[in-house]
Amino acid sequence: MSDSVVQVEGISKCYHIGKLQNRGHATMGEKITQAVISPFRRTAQLLQGHATGAADLDELFWAMQDVSFEVKQGELVGIIGRNGAGKSTLLKILSRITEPSSGTATIHGRVGSLLEVGTGFHMELTGRENVYLNGAILGMTRRDIDRRFDEIVAFSEVEKFLDTPVKHYSSGMSLRLAFAVAAHLEPEVLIVDEVLAVGDANFQRKCINKMGEVGGEGRTVLFVSHNMAAVTRMCKRVIMLNGGRLVDDGPAHNVVASYMSNGLGTTAEREWDGGSGTPKGEMATLNAVRLRTQGGKISETIDIIEPIGIEIEFVVEQDGRVLQPQIIIMNDEGIELFVAVDLDPEWRKRPRPKGQYKSVAWIPGNLLTEGMCIVSIGLWALEPTRILQFWANEAVAFRVIDSMDGTESARGDWAGDFVGLVRPKLEWETDFVASN
Amino acid sequence: MSEIESGQPYEKPLTLIKASKGWKSLNLGELWEFRELLYFFTWRDIKVRYKQTVLGASWAILQPFFTMVVFSIFFGKLAKMPSDGIPYPLFSYAALVPWTFFSNGISKGSNSLVGGSNLLKKIYFPRMALPISSVLGGVVDFVLAFAVLILMMIYYDIMPTINIVWLPLLLVLALVSCLGVSLWLSAMNVQFRDVRYVVPFIVQAWLFATPVVYPASLITDTFWQSVYAMNPMVGVVEGFRWALLGTDTAPGPLIGISSVVAIILLVSGAFYFRRMERTFADVV
Repeated sequence: MSDSVVQVEGISKCYHIGKLQNRGHATMGEKITQAVISPFRRTAQLLQGHATGAADLDELFWAMQDVSFEVKQGELVGIIGRNGAGKSTLLKILSRITEPSSGTATIHGRVGSLLEVGTGFHMELTGRENVYLNGAILGMTRRDIDRRFDEIVAFSEVEKFLDTPVKHYSSGMSLRLAFAVAAHLEPEVLIVDEVLAVGDANFQRKCINKMGEVGGEGRTVLFVSHNMAAVTRMCKRVIMLNGGRLVDDGPAHNVVASYMSNGLGTTAEREWDGGSGTPKGEMATLNAVRLRTQGGKISETIDIIEPIGIEIEFVVEQDGRVLQPQIIIMNDEGIELFVAVDLDPEWRKRPRPKGQYKSVAWIPGNLLTEGMCIVSIGLWALEPTRILQFWANEAVAFRVIDSMDGTESARGDWAGDFVGLVRPKLEWETDFVASN
Repeated sequence: MSEIESGQPYEKPLTLIKASKGWKSLNLGELWEFRELLYFFTWRDIKVRYKQTVLGASWAILQPFFTMVVFSIFFGKLAKMPSDGIPYPLFSYAALVPWTFFSNGISKGSNSLVGGSNLLKKIYFPRMALPISSVLGGVVDFVLAFAVLILMMIYYDIMPTINIVWLPLLLVLALVSCLGVSLWLSAMNVQFRDVRYVVPFIVQAWLFATPVVYPASLITDTFWQSVYAMNPMVGVVEGFRWALLGTDTAPGPLIGISSVVAIILLVSGAFYFRRMERTFADVV
């Protein structure tokens, strides 16, 4: 018997997103109208020489195309890729939430999947009741839960509120409780989506350690993440998806490196050795870019209320030019959020002597919104003419998180969707003008 | 205990994932494996049902009771509806107890998948657990309402007959019919949200097609009686009155028709549900 626990062979998944089903659920009326209209429309289109068959009227979207791989017993495999690369689709297929359109996958052993923290939590039930309910939903038996109940509660750090309905919990508390339940699942194959990006930094670390432990016990883990540090720390092997296809599969460091060079992982630090690929111009060279918290720590995640510093280290090789560092911040949809240039009065108009420089641009807290931010770095030589010295496209990237642990972000008390490209926390003034 | 910890060799479950086509087997074995989840869903349903209501679980009693009061005033007093020699309030309440179970079951069951869409999209479990637990949750309400029926019988000084032993079977018949209809409607509701608007109408029409406000004895033609018996709730309601109140409506061969229809509803509903199941997570 082969020791591969998960075998995926030629999995594809297509969704119908065409005009016939542009919304998830048609009403019966729409179906009837379509049934009446479509023969005519089709004839008309055929006459005009456009469509040739029903398929042309129904646009297909391939979320996953011909993906194959095997995972052996005890392997911890990271799955990375941009938004829309098919990571979630793959996990949903392996968790049996949705069926593939073609291909097969076989899994030996009990499967536990964790695509969301706290699936099925009911706000009206108490913490204790939710532990049992959520455990059952995740596939634990009542005896499993009884046995591990104390461990779960200790891990969640909400002992005191166990008999309080979850609706009175802060969002951080309910996330901790939910993760605690999930962390105590004992399947042989664990499928995890990016659920670690919750809670405060301490709790995140605890979760990552827990996942590592699970891997150490001989279980097989498939783990989707945007957090390259976590992926490289936990997984020896990484699979990279792009546009629904598997584009790379190999040792974590190699795959993550190639992903980073294609942009869009998070990395808090990039250093260049001066060799090929180093961003350099005739009078300046980029040495390093780092993301620092206020405390000086290098970090690829930042709490939404905290400022983050972008530190640029570069060498000036010629005297006498006025230089101006510049950053561009982009979100993971490629939308440029803003540009900023160095306005430090000390060097603003002053020609710089040769030497090493370090500039830090501080992005204030409560400005960026949750999600990925990709930083590109440039250096301009000014006066007499403007010349770009170097440009490091998508040099570093970080994730902004809202830990929702009680400190006020711009969300206030709202824990749901909060749209916008930026999320400033504004000063509000209210005057009670008159009573009626 | 976890097999991993015990270190015993054991048969690892094998999961095969592939595209399915057409009709699927019911896979009741899997449903059995997930019986604890079924229990927890039902338990959640019961726990949460009357949260944040002032009157709490007494709604389980008040709902059929006030319907009985209204029926007694309009159908009993004003319309002088015959009631097989039983005081009209008792006559209608004895029918309302199983009927309320049935109609609430359909309403909750048909909305169970759409209401649980978050679960459908995030975790795997036999999807049938949702409508089944919604329907089973109603059994507690049934028991509470039934206790009031007993009190009313004491008040009117009517002894139940020995035929009360058949009551559990009649309840099973109501359960089977309710489940069958719920499986059909819940699966259709995922695709066609029209179902949500159709259900109240179905329930209302079904109420009048069931001898709740009037006795089945109004229908005398044998042909029409057998057509009438195709509504499984006819057998249930008349059976309840027969077993408890001693009316002359013993379930004869007609209950055979009711049972066959109920089983057909359940089996076809289950197959239809399984067939539609694979698209639930994508379209809900």
